[in-house]
Amino acid sequence: MDYATLLQMLDATLRLATPLLLACLAGLYSERAGVFDIGLEGKMLMAAMSSAAVAALTGSVWVGLLAGIGGSLLFALVHGVASITFRGNQLIAGVALNFVASGVTVLIAQDLFQQGGRTAALTGAARFAQIDLPFAESLRAVPILGPFYAEVLSGHTILVYVALLLVPLTWWVLFRTRFGLRLRAVGENPASVDTAGVSVVRLRYTAVLITGVLCGLAGAYMATGLQAGFGREMTAGRGYIALAALIFAKWRPWYCLYATLLFGFLQALALRPDVIERVVGVNVPIPALDALPYILTVVVLAGLVGKATPPRAGGEAYVKER
Amino acid sequence: MTKLPTWADVVLVPLISLLLAAIVSAVVLLSIGQSPMEALSVMVEGSVGSAYAWGYTLYYATSFIFTGLAVTVAFHGSLFNIGGEGQAQLGGLGVALVCLALPWPHWTLALMAAMIGAAVFGAAWAAIPAWLQAKRGSHIVITTIMFNYIAAALLIYLLVNVLRPDGQMDPASARFPEGAKLPQFADIPLLQNLFAKYGPDGAVKLGKDGLAVYEQVPANVTFFIAVAACFAVWALMWRTRLGYEIRAFGKSEKAARYAGISPFKIIMVAMLISGALSGMMAINNVMGESERLLQNSAEGAGFIGIAVALMGRNHPAGVFLAAILFGILYQGGAELGLWTSIPIELRTVVQGLVILFTGALDQMVRMMLGVFFRPNRKGAA
Repeated sequence: MDYATLLQMLDATLRLATPLLLACLAGLYSERAGVFDIGLEGKMLMAAMSSAAVAALTGSVWVGLLAGIGGSLLFALVHGVASITFRGNQLIAGVALNFVASGVTVLIAQDLFQQGGRTAALTGAARFAQIDLPFAESLRAVPILGPFYAEVLSGHTILVYVALLLVPLTWWVLFRTRFGLRLRAVGENPASVDTAGVSVVRLRYTAVLITGVLCGLAGAYMATGLQAGFGREMTAGRGYIALAALIFAKWRPWYCLYATLLFGFLQALALRPDVIERVVGVNVPIPALDALPYILTVVVLAGLVGKATPPRAGGEAYVKER
Repeated sequence: MTKLPTWADVVLVPLISLLLAAIVSAVVLLSIGQSPMEALSVMVEGSVGSAYAWGYTLYYATSFIFTGLAVTVAFHGSLFNIGGEGQAQLGGLGVALVCLALPWPHWTLALMAAMIGAAVFGAAWAAIPAWLQAKRGSHIVITTIMFNYIAAALLIYLLVNVLRPDGQMDPASARFPEGAKLPQFADIPLLQNLFAKYGPDGAVKLGKDGLAVYEQVPANVTFFIAVAACFAVWALMWRTRLGYEIRAFGKSEKAARYAGISPFKIIMVAMLISGALSGMMAINNVMGESERLLQNSAEGAGFIGIAVALMGRNHPAGVFLAAILFGILYQGGAELGLWTSIPIELRTVVQGLVILFTGALDQMVRMMLGVFFRPNRKGAA
């Protein structure tokens, strides 16, 4: 594989990893606070539809982004009400919301646009434009690093850079602030947080709503950055891959970045079977590449590569007094 | 919180949950400018309004009974098996391999062999997550989700590269031999009279050979196997030692362990039975209907099993009724897609709402009902 092809692949990796990274960080907040969320997929889908629909109707991608976050927040709120207030089964609530999202997005898109469940194709200001990083063209002449900077790092939409910046920010929030300490504590031992006089319910709601915002960014990026509009089931299991990445990353922010870049790279590979055949020499079936993130996650869960220990109070509703 | 009487908990809670799901669905329909009443009448007419409609409703219900029972058995062992979809797809693979292996002389032989094939493949696909849960503590919900995706990828590979006959374009296996064809409702004596076609003069239509012509519906003998499976699961869970052990383990792992019940054994056995039941739905759709293995053969029935088990309160009788209800929803939803401008995806919304209200917001429903069942406290201190 020549250097130019490698750069193309890495560029695709970064693009494909971004929704995974955003959703993975989203799940990180919720699960670190002790609320399991397998509804990432549904929230992304809802955000993708809302952002694409509103961007198409208003012509402004920024209004679309806000609508996407709103749609995702609505689902996050229902998840919070079911799993925090009414102490319902968090896993079942997530599964349920995924189904509702899968159906309701098509219903609304069909009602608004009458295009078989798709939204109108987005053009111009209704999509996120590519941003060229400073000096990308002038530095291109620098050997090896220059083309990497110009081809891979430069020329993405704003949400890609936002996602990358969110990694250190999340690390800082979770591990260097009082809020983060409390958030992690509420996922490990909510009773201790309660004893300290801090509201478990408020903390968990905050975490679930942050998850909603980040899923909103992920979905909006899918529909207005990566592609130009919403199509039915367009997230195609990315919420579950993000969940897999979260486990792969053992619930740590920086590892989330590495895990999603790896899974993004696998997705990029699946798009270029010719490259694999040239490099490996054998014809690797595409389905094997599609299945690889899931197989890797099972391997990690099996404890074969270190131990993935979830937050201890994850999945359990907190009962103040028994 | 007030404790509800048993009858209210068993009957009233699911009914109220269903009602709430229906109300939210109606609101969704109103908000996209459709009429909920019109939708309801089309759905009811198309799913239970004629023998023909029932022929489809019961076909869907048959699949949902199997997947609902599968989720139920695992639930009793406090295991949440979301992997029904993947297990059903693997069950389909088992059915296809069995049906294509021999030129079957009679459908009864083929059916028995296919049932074993479906159960073994479905159970095998559940075995790895079960083992990982039992031995390594890997969360079964996550592993079974992962195995759904792995199953989908595996089947795409097998259908495209291995099972697809030469010269065929679409990714599907070869058609099963004639001897592996299951009788559908219109082929079963007596029952077929319901599906007779009538001419304009009101007389039964006759074919060229002088025999009556029947409307073909996909419901087939598997329906009766599904009913038998309900009884079998009921007997297993409430009339055998194994069933008792699974339920005891599900209620309290510590107590079960103290009583000498092996957690490893229970997790494995409960998941193997669950996987086998999911796999067996394949005799309905793969052997009974499509008669060859298609891509995505389970078509979401594995997931509907979750809704069916929750709605049916984890009892085979409830699962049977809930499966019929979801059969109505599915067939009715398909009719909506045909006759109205309401997209077929409405049924996914209703399905999700039913899961939400019966599975996650059940406490809310109980709290609402608790107001009416508050004991009379006049005499109390």
